[in-house]
Amino acid sequence: MAPKSLLTPPVMVIGAGPAGMSAALAAADCGAEVLLCDSFSEPGGQLVKQTHKFFGSRQQFAGVRGIEIARLLGDKVASHPRIHLLLDTHVLGYYPDGMVTMESAADGVARYLKARPRRLVVCSGAAEKPLAFPGNDLPGVYGAGAVQTLMNLHGVKPGRRALMVGAGNIGLIISYQLRQAKVEVAAVVEAASAIGGYAVHASKIRRLGIPIHTSHTVKRAHGTRELEGVTVWRLDGQGRGIPGTEMRFEVDVLCLAVGLSPAAELLWLAGCRMLYVPELGGHVPWHDEVQQTSVPGIFVAGDAAGVEEASSAMVTGRMAGLAAAASLDLGADFRVKLEEARLELASLRAGPAGEKIRRGLERLNLGVPASGARGPVSSTRAQASGGGS
Amino acid sequence: MSSAEGGSALRKTGVPDEDDVARVMPPLEYRQRGPVAVFECFERIPCDPCYRACARGAVLPFADINDLPRVDWSRCNGCGLCVAACPGLAVFVVHEAYSASGSLIKLPYEFLPLPQAGDDVTALDRQGCPVGVGRVVRVQTPRAKTGTPVVWVEVPRSLAHVVRNISVLPAADTADAVGDSVV
Repeated sequence: MAPKSLLTPPVMVIGAGPAGMSAALAAADCGAEVLLCDSFSEPGGQLVKQTHKFFGSRQQFAGVRGIEIARLLGDKVASHPRIHLLLDTHVLGYYPDGMVTMESAADGVARYLKARPRRLVVCSGAAEKPLAFPGNDLPGVYGAGAVQTLMNLHGVKPGRRALMVGAGNIGLIISYQLRQAKVEVAAVVEAASAIGGYAVHASKIRRLGIPIHTSHTVKRAHGTRELEGVTVWRLDGQGRGIPGTEMRFEVDVLCLAVGLSPAAELLWLAGCRMLYVPELGGHVPWHDEVQQTSVPGIFVAGDAAGVEEASSAMVTGRMAGLAAAASLDLGADFRVKLEEARLELASLRAGPAGEKIRRGLERLNLGVPASGARGPVSSTRAQASGGGS
Repeated sequence: MSSAEGGSALRKTGVPDEDDVARVMPPLEYRQRGPVAVFECFERIPCDPCYRACARGAVLPFADINDLPRVDWSRCNGCGLCVAACPGLAVFVVHEAYSASGSLIKLPYEFLPLPQAGDDVTALDRQGCPVGVGRVVRVQTPRAKTGTPVVWVEVPRSLAHVVRNISVLPAADTADAVGDSVV
């Protein structure tokens, strides 16, 4: 179907990653017509390059590889009669009258589109944090996401020998995948005094002989035209480099996996109340239990709501999709489904691995008294004003 | 760190120490009886595919998805379904008395090329250090696309609980590729 220049979907979901696809499916299964858009040429978000098996439980595809989940959810989304999938479509802005503007090449021709959805679910994911050091602009210094895209999406090796910065799950997983692609991994360095990612991921790369140096960071990158080496050093208790502890690695790839922050620009634009919560990755939109932001009718899910695991993203997406549809008077009772999602999420976050997220969510909720933003959505259209009041 | 169930060494190095390994070791009577699964799963994370994969009910139901696996060893026959299923590649099957002087280890292996039955491979420990030579007995490729290939490798009896990985490269190349001499 050729998109008209003004679309008026009951529900619009921005971002077709694990959260966005789950949101669209949940809302559409409840009878809502959904417009789902994504800037990439295929649905899946980060899943399309995640070749590792997922944790979680069966409801979140535990044991299934991310690339397979992208296919499973992508097929469902593409074949759903009530989901209109717009790929190759960049959302450009959000206006006070609830208008979302887009540049779309979905038909092969670039065109400007507008949508005024009754409910908006933002699942725009997260962006990689940078790391400052001399030489960080040399060719060969990559973000972890770029390395994973090159290898797992395009089949291109980023180089011959890599140094990984960051021992969170992303750094550990991509170190493993570099080795699968026959790229040598000299070491993983981590500024914190302990490994941040799951122990199983760390053990997996240790069995490959890759050392992990905790309490270490990059001092500088070397090279003239491109990366030729990296000097790292040990950090003292205050996070300062200790002279005399330098180690030099001869590598042509330096991969930075030092954390993510929510990509929540659209929610800033929409006037959603934003709070700085380090446990959730930085500035995050305040949201209630069903993922509604301080602006009635605007929901947020996945990493845009606070950086977390992809299994949780699928559940927060489902929750947001259900809640968005529930507010549309479709005549269905959503309480059972919402309660199921709430319990699943609680169990995923219940263990020690979810402690940081729980702490972050507590801080998020302490931050907002705004009683007007809670409870059922009453407005018929997303209003951009009034956020943060 | 508070999320650590394993010792602090595991959080710092990624390598479980002797205490960690001793804690998950199946009781002697089951190790002597035949092949048995060893769950080197030390940290409470939300994950239960081992329970779902086991056809014999040897992995007990999870009250909380963050629980560590609890095993009824009397029901485990060392089939290895959990080895192929575990997202953390943290399960191994060990058959201590596999042959006169050798033990059999079934381990998860996600690298190409896959070895073939009869191949000699370099046996690696939990730090990726070469510790001997293993002989590949069988390679199981998963039925489901999402599973992990499982390599059966025979190693000297003394290495039954030491070897946890293999390298298909000859030992000389292995030292070069995976040794610690990286700086």
